[in-house]
Amino acid sequence: MAKSITVDDLDIYYGDFLAVQGVNMTIKARSVTAFIGPSGCGKSTMLRSLNRMHEVIPGARVEGKVMVDGQSLYDNAVDPVAVRRQIGMVFQRPNPFPTMSIYENVLAGNRLNAKKMKKAEADEIVERSLKGANLWNEVKDRLGKPGMGLSGGQQQRLCIARAIAVEPQVLLMDEPCSALDPISTSAIEDLIHELKSDYTIVIVTHNMQQAARVSDETGFFNLKAAGQPGQLVEFNNTQKMFANPDNESTEAYISGRFG
Amino acid sequence: MATLAGVFIFLTIEGVPGFFQEEQFYKGAGNFWGYVDHLLFGTVLAATIALIVAVPLAFGIALVVSHYAPKWIAGPVAYVIDLLAAVPSVVFGLWGINLFAPKMVPIYDWLNAHLGWLPFFEGPVNPVGTTILTAGLVLAIMILPIITAISREVFTQTPVLHEEAALALGATRWEMIRLAVFPYAKSGMVSAVMLGLGRALGETMAVAMVLSGGGGISFNLIASSNPTSIAANIASQYKENTPGTLHVLIATGLVLFLVTFLVNFAARWIVAGNDRKMAR
Repeated sequence: MAKSITVDDLDIYYGDFLAVQGVNMTIKARSVTAFIGPSGCGKSTMLRSLNRMHEVIPGARVEGKVMVDGQSLYDNAVDPVAVRRQIGMVFQRPNPFPTMSIYENVLAGNRLNAKKMKKAEADEIVERSLKGANLWNEVKDRLGKPGMGLSGGQQQRLCIARAIAVEPQVLLMDEPCSALDPISTSAIEDLIHELKSDYTIVIVTHNMQQAARVSDETGFFNLKAAGQPGQLVEFNNTQKMFANPDNESTEAYISGRFG
Repeated sequence: MATLAGVFIFLTIEGVPGFFQEEQFYKGAGNFWGYVDHLLFGTVLAATIALIVAVPLAFGIALVVSHYAPKWIAGPVAYVIDLLAAVPSVVFGLWGINLFAPKMVPIYDWLNAHLGWLPFFEGPVNPVGTTILTAGLVLAIMILPIITAISREVFTQTPVLHEEAALALGATRWEMIRLAVFPYAKSGMVSAVMLGLGRALGETMAVAMVLSGGGGISFNLIASSNPTSIAANIASQYKENTPGTLHVLIATGLVLFLVTFLVNFAARWIVAGNDRKMAR
């Protein structure tokens, strides 16, 4: 189920503007990969290009290759909708569908894939996904209530449950904890640790301690210079990255001497 | 609010005597209800036709403009639709009777020949096309801009967050619209339809000019004699205003006011009902 991702010399454009240039990396299956770097350096753009969500912005395009287990994401024959069904995403701010109950929120993705689902089957998916997101015990008695009634941290876990309900191959997280308090953050981080055994996870974070805590590998992004495109400065094992990085600017950033 | 109350008080004071005038003022109908029932029917029928035609079209255009078309098409299209709203209803009336109605006659002939077994297209076909269906279609064009403009506005205000949530789950654009845009825009869409309906129910000149009225209650949409609408009837009868007629006309106005109010209220209640169901 979980798959690895290979990125090969990827350039990402918004119209004529080159946002990210020349990225090469291999994201391992069943591991957590963190992207760190200052704001505006293209981490989120890079993350979004992994499930073609950046194409929501008109004029966005890429050059280069992204391969998920040998299958190119940007082949002409590949439908972005199909890509997003395989590669789930969790956003910076929790975004459950406001008019749907908790139950329906979890099933939203499944309802898109298969129109008809038996009640028992649906119940099972909801329970499995909510348990997977460590939310089941908190909400099992009020599945019919609106998802918006939950706290921020619970909403974010609901969004994770919604993303894993369709059993994606990869889970992308775009600063999933930046809108949450420390306790909810730690709940999400614990969850990331558990999800790692089943999914390939890529997480963007501004919080370097968080990257150090949750990830196996880390990519450091930075702008080449002001006004220049973003690039991947260093991609390395997280422990090595935080103890003894290969690149000077990585060390400067991590030790807080810069950015 | 105060204006609304003022209008209501005026209509009640001036209109209630209209319910109890002597028989001569009801044009052979005997009593007020006999007089007003076919007017009310005509009003509702024309407005219903207008809504059936205009609402899907307006939502469709609004969606294309807000979510499908590239910017360089969407802008001009939205602008042209807005311009339609600025055309005075007399112009729509003139256009309707001189150009649109005659053009509709062959279509009515066809409907009568092929779908004549439906009560709506029973015929005989009106030779000049001044039917309630024509009036309804002209109304549809008139209410299209307001419904389009308001629904476009609420569609574009859908939070990107919710749209992205749907897209990231692998929704196609249409699925994203169903999942994120419609639930968010629902009450705005109802408001848009209500404003359109209000205009269709109250529209005076265009209906008075296009429709050859005088008929009774009938679902035959393409015949020569049609039920006219309350507002059009007030406009055409107003010049012969003896106090008695005037009271009767104001009373019909009161009926129209109440109908509009009730429809509005019902629509709000339905929307609120949906929300209540969610809250439980």
